[in-house]
Amino acid sequence: MSHLVQLAQEEIQNPLLPPIPELVIGLIAFAIVFGVLAKKLLPNINKVLEERREAIEGGMEKADAAKAEAESVLEQYKAQLAEARHEAARLRQEAQEQGTAIIAEMRAEGQRQREDIIAAGHAQIAADRKSAATALRQDVGKLATDLAGKLVGESLEDHARQSRTIDRFLDELEEKAEAAR
Amino acid sequence: MSADPTQVLAFETDCHIFDGCGFPAPGLHSFVFEPLFTVGGIDFNKPMLLALVSTLVVVGFFWAAFNKPKLIPGKLQMVGEAGYDFIRRGVVYETLGKREGEKYVPIMVSMFFFIWIMNIWSIVPVAQFPVTSVIAFPVGLAAIVYVMWVSLTFKRHGFVGGWKNIAGYDKSLGAVLPAVMLIELFSNLLIRPFTHAVRLFANMFAGHVLLLIFTIASWYLLNGIGIAYAGISFVMVLLLTVFELFIQALQAYVFVLLACNYIQGALAEHH
Repeated sequence: MSHLVQLAQEEIQNPLLPPIPELVIGLIAFAIVFGVLAKKLLPNINKVLEERREAIEGGMEKADAAKAEAESVLEQYKAQLAEARHEAARLRQEAQEQGTAIIAEMRAEGQRQREDIIAAGHAQIAADRKSAATALRQDVGKLATDLAGKLVGESLEDHARQSRTIDRFLDELEEKAEAAR
Repeated sequence: MSADPTQVLAFETDCHIFDGCGFPAPGLHSFVFEPLFTVGGIDFNKPMLLALVSTLVVVGFFWAAFNKPKLIPGKLQMVGEAGYDFIRRGVVYETLGKREGEKYVPIMVSMFFFIWIMNIWSIVPVAQFPVTSVIAFPVGLAAIVYVMWVSLTFKRHGFVGGWKNIAGYDKSLGAVLPAVMLIELFSNLLIRPFTHAVRLFANMFAGHVLLLIFTIASWYLLNGIGIAYAGISFVMVLLLTVFELFIQALQAYVFVLLACNYIQGALAEHH
């Protein structure tokens, strides 16, 4: 049997010497793989990988843009809010100022009206006093002349002259009162 | 009997220990196959057929994955892309850079997957033979890399520059320069392509022999007390199958990585 083994192994080629048919088939087999992959399939996938890379980068750009926009909108909102607050404060201030002004005006108006009323009162009083004085003077003159007429026994009433005398008398009386004061 | 170079089964069906039957050890004859059929004067044997099926598998897979690629990949496309990216980024860009390497991506991707599938047949039931353990297949691929490397060297550096590149010409070495150049020439031009092919071949050859030894032993020991040992032997078969699965991918990777390294050497300004 070992003889058979010996015999068989002598027929076998050196394992390091490549048999030509296998070499050719191997090269053809590889050529087919390389041809299909290099010419068709790998360019296919490269294109898609490139597209995907771009899509991802585009997506990122879009996201960045959206973020920037959101930030600017936020800024805007913040600015508007601050402005609104400012405006509100300003309006409040203005209202306060207006309020004070109105109050002051009202107060001044009140004051003025009071003064007017007082002044009118004073004038009224003065006028009343004057008319009262005039009436009094006439009454006093009449009473005096009546009294004097009754005392003298004659009527003095009709004499205009006499009225001048009474006036003079009264004036003197007034002057005396003035002087006494 | 077991020495019949044309036998397809790795072991005799009726040969067990204690039956007066010697251990039918695997050997070189395990790597020789009778022609299955003949086409145009070429005898097709099992390794050839498996090589062509490997082509079908690789092309078929990438066709299914990449023929109509989508922006949002399906499962198959995702797996294909992962494999493609592994070689493109992990091997080619790493050694040659993105700019220089882009051109060599297709051949390296093809080479890796072709070799890997050819290796994997080792543990696929029925096939159970690594195509690359027949030296012709690694030699063909190594020859492609060798031709690429030589032509690139002379294209990039011109005739004199090319020889300088291959011989590792470096003035600063001084007196030892001739010796270094002689060794470099010998190493780069003769040894390197040889080791490139043999590294893959020998790994797959040895792996196949190991699997055969334990598979045959599992069967051969299946008699009397030998059954216990047969169990151990079978456990070894399982362990080695897993180990081979790893080695198959690793050797395909190493082959492609070395190919890229050689090309990088040709493109480099200084050796």
